[in-house]
Amino acid sequence: MYIVQDDNEIIRRVLLGDRQAYAQLVKQYQNLVFSIALRYTQNREDAEEIAQDIFIKVYRSLADFRANSKFSTWLYTIAANTSITFLRKKKLPVHSLDNEKIFHLADTRNAATAVADIERGSHVTLVNKAIQLLSPDDATVITLFYKAEQSIEEIGKITGLTPNAVKVKLHRARKRLKEKMEMHFKSELKEIIN
Amino acid sequence: MNAQQLTEEQLWNYIDGSCNAAEKAMIEELCNNNPQWQKRYNELLELHQLMHENIEPDQPSMRFTKNVMDEIAKSRIAPAARTYINKKIIYGIAAFFILIISGFLIYGFTQVEWKFSGSSDYTINISRYFNNTLLNIFMLLNILLALVLFDRYIRRKKNESAHKEG
Repeated sequence: MYIVQDDNEIIRRVLLGDRQAYAQLVKQYQNLVFSIALRYTQNREDAEEIAQDIFIKVYRSLADFRANSKFSTWLYTIAANTSITFLRKKKLPVHSLDNEKIFHLADTRNAATAVADIERGSHVTLVNKAIQLLSPDDATVITLFYKAEQSIEEIGKITGLTPNAVKVKLHRARKRLKEKMEMHFKSELKEIIN
Repeated sequence: MNAQQLTEEQLWNYIDGSCNAAEKAMIEELCNNNPQWQKRYNELLELHQLMHENIEPDQPSMRFTKNVMDEIAKSRIAPAARTYINKKIIYGIAAFFILIISGFLIYGFTQVEWKFSGSSDYTINISRYFNNTLLNIFMLLNILLALVLFDRYIRRKKNESAHKEG
């Protein structure tokens, strides 16, 4: 609640002409916006370009933010839409949840490097590497739910899905994440869970 | 969906706190009386906590905020759409088209001879009522528009169902 009020206060200041106040919003949300873009593009350079576009777009249309939802929900909606539009413009495939074949390939390619990283890393690395093995849809839903603190209804607004569809998607994403962890990081997962 | 899947989904709902009272009682009973489901619940709970505590967003480059602020310095906040889109104008345009279409329909219906002659010839002579070229073009455009809107509606429904299945 504190964060929401804070965001609205910052927005009010920006709208009154304090342009520098916007930097606070950028700093606060840049990691999550960048993560959403990265989940879709799988490429850091493109993700950075998209994230920058998102913040510029949000700044330009800040007067349209009505504060009847959280600023973060509005921001992530623009982030998801901008990422999808970017992929369509570049004619890159917009991966769907069912695109298992593509992610099976990515799986086998990334798993070896991921396991090597885990050996050096911690629980944080394990979970994040496993998320990288998921499809963009699954990874985005999990990130929005667990890290961006968005509710099922808010994720529905961001992704344009009904709350029930989000629930189903979240269940499947968690199931797949568990499968990936069991498949690639079985011993590490046993250590954590036992 | 088999019973096992259903229960795992319900377990996740229980963990998320999004199940109803009856489901909650059923899951609590199942977990208390069945060690297998208790184990399963604990596993899911640990995975849930693992995700809660350990998912870290990726970080963009160090210069990211500066780059954004540099770009923003060249931009201006656009006036809110609600200040320049007048709803009255939109409603006015809608009313205009509804009136025109209603007018044509009323005109068309008033021209129809409703008396049933009793003869076996049921053919309706459409050209009697729609014989003006402009009227025909207008009706054609309306039909076209309706088809486009119908197509968009079907596509949206298809996408929604695909998402649900996904």
